Amino acid sequence: MADTTPAHVPALLALEDGTVFHGTACGAAGEAYGEIVFNTSMAGYQEVLTDPSYAGQIVTMTMPHIGNYGVNEADMESRGVFASGFVVREMSVLTSNWRAEESLPEFLVRHGVVAMEGVDTRRLTRHVRERGAMRAVISTVDLDPDSLVAKAAASPGLVGRDLVAEVAVSEPFRWGSEGPDGTLPVDTGILPVSPRYRIVAIDSGIKYNIVRRLAEASCDVTVVPPTTSAREILAHEPDGVFLANGPGDPAAVDYLYSTLQELVGKVPVFGICLGHQMLSLAVGCSTYKLKYGHRGGNQPVKNLLSGRVEITSQNHGFCVDFGSIGPLVTEESAGHSHEANDLAAWVEAGVAPVVRSERFGRVQLTHVNLNDMTVEGIRLLDVPAFSVQYHPEAAPGPHDSRYLFDAFTALLDGRDDYLTATG
Amino acid sequence: MPRRDDIKKILVIGSGPIIIGQACEFDYSGAQACKVLREDGFEVVLVNSNPATIMTDPEMADRTYVEPITPEFVTKVIEKERPDALLPTLGGQTGLNCAVSLAESGILEEWGVELIGARLEAIKKGEDRKLFAEAMGRIGLDVPRSGYAYSLRDAEDIVAQLGFPVVARPSFTLGGAGGGIAYNIEELRDIVSHGLALSPIAEVLIEESVLGWKEYEMEVMRDRNDNAVIVCSIENFDAMGVHTGDSITVAPAQTLTDREYQVMRDASIAIMREIGVETGGSNVQFAIDPANGRMVVIEMNPRVSRSSALASKATGFPIAKFAAKLAVGYTLDEISNDITKETPACFEPSIDYTVVKIPRWAFEKFPGTDPTLTTRMKSVGEAMAIGRTFAEAFGKAMRSLENGRAGLGADGKDRFSEKFDAMLATPTDQRAYYIAEAFRRDYTVADVHGLTHVDPWFLAQIERAVAVEGEVAAAGGLDGIDAALMRRAKQHGLSDVQVAHLTGAVEAEVRARRLDLGVRPTFKSVDTCAAEFAASTPYYYKTYEEEDEVAASDRPKAMILGAGPNRIGQGIEFDYCCVHGAYALAEVGYETIMVNCNPETVSTDYDTSDRLYFEPLTFEDVMDIVDAERPAGVVVTFGGQTPLKLAHALEDAGVPIMGTPPEAIDLAEDRQRFAEVLDRLGIAYPAAGTAHTHDEAVEVARRIGFPLLVRPSYVLGGRGMVIAYSEEYLERYMAEAASVSPEHPVLLDRFLEGAIEVDVDAVCDGESVYIGGVMEHIEEAGIHSGDSACCIPPFSLGEETVERIVEHARALALELGVRGLINIQFAVKDQKVYVLEVNPRASRTVPFVSKATGVPLAKVAARVMAGGKLAEMDLPPEGRDLGHYSVKEAVMPFGRFPGADSVLGPEMKSTGEVMGVAADFPAAYAKSQLAIDYSLPTGGTAFISVCERDKRAIVPVAKHLATLGFDIVSTRGTSRVLKAAGIPVTEVLKVHEGRPNIVDAMKNGEVQLVINTPFGQETRSDGYHIRAAAIRHGITNITTVPAANAVVNAIDAVASGDGRLDVIALQDFDVPAGEPS
Repeated sequence: MADTTPAHVPALLALEDGTVFHGTACGAAGEAYGEIVFNTSMAGYQEVLTDPSYAGQIVTMTMPHIGNYGVNEADMESRGVFASGFVVREMSVLTSNWRAEESLPEFLVRHGVVAMEGVDTRRLTRHVRERGAMRAVISTVDLDPDSLVAKAAASPGLVGRDLVAEVAVSEPFRWGSEGPDGTLPVDTGILPVSPRYRIVAIDSGIKYNIVRRLAEASCDVTVVPPTTSAREILAHEPDGVFLANGPGDPAAVDYLYSTLQELVGKVPVFGICLGHQMLSLAVGCSTYKLKYGHRGGNQPVKNLLSGRVEITSQNHGFCVDFGSIGPLVTEESAGHSHEANDLAAWVEAGVAPVVRSERFGRVQLTHVNLNDMTVEGIRLLDVPAFSVQYHPEAAPGPHDSRYLFDAFTALLDGRDDYLTATG
Repeated sequence: MPRRDDIKKILVIGSGPIIIGQACEFDYSGAQACKVLREDGFEVVLVNSNPATIMTDPEMADRTYVEPITPEFVTKVIEKERPDALLPTLGGQTGLNCAVSLAESGILEEWGVELIGARLEAIKKGEDRKLFAEAMGRIGLDVPRSGYAYSLRDAEDIVAQLGFPVVARPSFTLGGAGGGIAYNIEELRDIVSHGLALSPIAEVLIEESVLGWKEYEMEVMRDRNDNAVIVCSIENFDAMGVHTGDSITVAPAQTLTDREYQVMRDASIAIMREIGVETGGSNVQFAIDPANGRMVVIEMNPRVSRSSALASKATGFPIAKFAAKLAVGYTLDEISNDITKETPACFEPSIDYTVVKIPRWAFEKFPGTDPTLTTRMKSVGEAMAIGRTFAEAFGKAMRSLENGRAGLGADGKDRFSEKFDAMLATPTDQRAYYIAEAFRRDYTVADVHGLTHVDPWFLAQIERAVAVEGEVAAAGGLDGIDAALMRRAKQHGLSDVQVAHLTGAVEAEVRARRLDLGVRPTFKSVDTCAAEFAASTPYYYKTYEEEDEVAASDRPKAMILGAGPNRIGQGIEFDYCCVHGAYALAEVGYETIMVNCNPETVSTDYDTSDRLYFEPLTFEDVMDIVDAERPAGVVVTFGGQTPLKLAHALEDAGVPIMGTPPEAIDLAEDRQRFAEVLDRLGIAYPAAGTAHTHDEAVEVARRIGFPLLVRPSYVLGGRGMVIAYSEEYLERYMAEAASVSPEHPVLLDRFLEGAIEVDVDAVCDGESVYIGGVMEHIEEAGIHSGDSACCIPPFSLGEETVERIVEHARALALELGVRGLINIQFAVKDQKVYVLEVNPRASRTVPFVSKATGVPLAKVAARVMAGGKLAEMDLPPEGRDLGHYSVKEAVMPFGRFPGADSVLGPEMKSTGEVMGVAADFPAAYAKSQLAIDYSLPTGGTAFISVCERDKRAIVPVAKHLATLGFDIVSTRGTSRVLKAAGIPVTEVLKVHEGRPNIVDAMKNGEVQLVINTPFGQETRSDGYHIRAAAIRHGITNITTVPAANAVVNAIDAVASGDGRLDVIALQDFDVPAGEPS
């Protein structure tokens, strides 16, 4: 119940289109650049802040009260905070939770995160929704709106930027043992009781909870840096390879999907978020930037194979273009001849369409976002690989999609019905 | 999986009268469900005994039965209508219990009716605490340790294991009725014996106390594909120990990490699956130990509930509507989100504001009752407020309560007990004020948490709001407040009235200053998705932010001010009128705007009006909306007293008032000027006078003569109006209960003893008057009209008298310049007609009259307000032979207020009403009684004990009872009279005469009917003990001779069993063509 009432230090948020928001500081002093994005999760600010996928982004939470329950070590999703800035309506003056170890403002200061409160975050969210994600700067030192807007406009955007290298580990390590450079601590949460599968996870900004979930599914996980070659990975003799989430523009990390192109077909692959985008790129699919992305814990995703809807946790600004993979295989798409990209029609028909890629054969659309009918998951039919755009590990968010970790091990066991057998 | 085509006709059971624990939230749910099922092409048959509901409007269902919700009557409906399915989950506990009984007795199977929305086993597993606890064990969830008691001995054995305190919960009772917390053996015995009597299966759960734990609720929906979503999480401000209906609640949950929240989410969904709720909504309650996070499941309701209505209003996600769609086969992903129109209903709302609900209690109506809040619900209504932050929403909710306060104290009305810490530690209706005051007195958050167990996070928000209040107070007057402080005050929920009090200004000055400073409110949308998608449904709340979202429009707008939280005297009837007003004004081309703060109602459904503002009904909040919307007219006469009291201030501020001008309303309320009007029209009224001192009161009393109706304008000790029969009593009453002074005069009216009271509802357009209905009361004048039963058409008045009443009504409506509804109360004594009161506004009886006659009076009135003429509306002839009698009867909450006397008087005490329809008056009256008590005694022993003035009148009643085969017992005085009349009677002792006495006989189940009219005015008299015992043991209890007469005739109707109680649908009423619907 520490009282953390901050002194009223003014802060400013400026967007590249000239929009300015006034508020007061509630984190570290300074200036930070990033793409402004909003997250609609009502709880889970600590997981959001420590998700490496937010690198290069200033995050605003739509939930007006933030910081209420403080922060604690067990809810860390990585070794630190990766969001470049944080904007809220009201930072809690008091921390109330039996697990709280520190107040959020203290935590933000400790991690050097520039943050501000007192902002009409709904106006900010609506602005981003209408105008799209854009460059922004948050500052407690330069309070001149014109100057800040100019800085925002001159800052590097996310497109074409490789932020993976900044967030990933530089040396491989095994989950459950001390990280080599002290970066990834031993997670006290979940360790595999009797590991049955050896998994190499390529770190592009992996969230701890992904590894916890893999461990829970009896996987012995070795996390390797993103630049690890296919040969080095195969040298671990893994039963499967996992591709993680990560920040930035998927098109900027060509080395990841080059590695992947060599792995697919040789070893079963499961990808989440950026990993999904990498698998898609590897099969010859193109990606595009969503106007303002999906960030929150309430996104409905339909599994076209089971017909079930999962409420999912999401955090992505880019999306894959299913139709760009190749021609529709009508006979494997229940005889329908909708455009491959007419996702609403496939959902309506309850059919998971199949297209043919040049490199890896048939690719099936497995998951669709029901809000905007965008691609949320695919699987390869001729080689063992699948991926989802959203976050089955949640943290924060609902646990509806946890079955995908069991689906991965079912795939490792060679089961064809892996995506429907474990729901 | 689309809509089921194998069912065509669906029976929906409503929840019956408004009672504590089951209010108009079920009208909201039921109306939504009926509407959506009909839109989908299903034929809907409805049973609901409550005439004040929108649900029972003849347009809402294909067949509407305003009949008792009992297995007997619903069976009659089933036999007549042959529905394919029964949807039982929208009518609260009453509807569910009735459906369970029909299912268990085999009636449903016999008639081939499928239970949809919930299976019988699921209902039982959810409701039966033993089965529920076992089910929780199977899915690895914790419940409080407990045991079942079937006797006092059992209870004591269980407590020996658990230790005190324990929570006792009788099985299968409404709103936790009969439950309580026992701290010692005496309380345990008291609660358990009462609980065993109340529980239909004589079972009481004795549970480990989780007092002081954090309490949460989750609203879950599930479809037949096993898709499940959490619509809303709710965190209770009050810790465990206070019934959730009596708790201040907050949405969304504020103090859970995502990890903890998701555990609760998983548990909620697992519970729904395990209990077997295949489709629909459920509510799951959890308690969490604040020290270590241990989570226990408290209960689940496998149906829509008070909380689901709240969650629907709080998020914009219409649970009941979707529950109905799920029940007929749709899945969540097949239903679209009404608010965004583009995204599916299969998602979880994200909200970017804070919602606070505060219950509205009515302890002032029940002197003698304990206002401590326990596990047994006592509130009669609730207000909800939306703000961006908790402090803002809390302040708004506090000023929405219609209790004369302008917010969380600091309004000049703060009064605190000397036992401050004790009051702080005890949950009562006053505790929020004590918490705020504690911070003014420099208590710390830890101090207050220690005394209240309210989570420190909430307390810190209040502490901060109080600090801002302190800044305002320290500003040195209004001029010392700058824009930043003014904005901060608003953002922390302070009202203009509070700022005025703190700065020594008046409200108007604060408003002017605030607008000068440029501190203007903004309106934001409730959009289910935290602005992620554009919202197309205009549902707004006020806050002080940077961006305003009110959509532009160029249509003329009509704004309807709602009725605020339900309380005694102002219930669902006024909401009904507001909703009809909105419908009618939309039909004539207005864009309608609804303003209200009651989450239970149909008026606050975003479907009801074109635009909805969920805001307090204060001058400040209404004016802010007027400034934003610039309506062509504002309707103040549909929502009862709440909007009416704003009429003047709004008019003075230049707001166009639709309908009857405020001047006419004043005229009717000003005794002096109104008397002049009556004199001018040659209409009689009871002699009256006003006294400003004690001596003057005695003087006036002597002039007018006793008995007198005494109405102090300022009340002490919670006592309002009384009837004084003697000077001695008047003096005592004046000394004890009333404060009289030149500022607070006492009003004295001659009381017309034994007069027949009559109510008239009419509409006037300035040129002509349409008499909606003439209602003859069953109880004599002196009983508040809201507490009396009444009948359309009059059953005992002569034609001439009725004609005179109608003439007077016309003359008064025209003379007062009414443009809309008017209600007039008459008394008839010795063939002479007196006017008692005129209210130029919607009355409580408008929905009843509309149902009884088939003419929607509120809609007619709204059209008149919009300039329509009655002559052009093609209304059916007034006073035509309806072919049936309709009786409205009031429903009393005495069972909830042990200690309060159950005698009726001039102060209204009922919470709701039922209606009975039949070809003759006794049968209609019988139905109204059956709708409340579910049974009328048709034999056994009747106890009769009446006061002196009733002795002669009771003889024929007793004679009739004897003919019906009742044994009669009486106390000495009454028995002498009955014996003299040749009626066999057994004498029984009064309570103070020794034992065994009448109360012993009642406790032993030896008495089935009690007729006991009050003796004079002593409280805690014999009569009091008898009435209290009757309530406690569920014995039919009558306190007036006219009611006794009606009940005995009704018993006769029930006993005769010759089809007089057959069911009849409103659609079968003979309504002539041209009925404007």
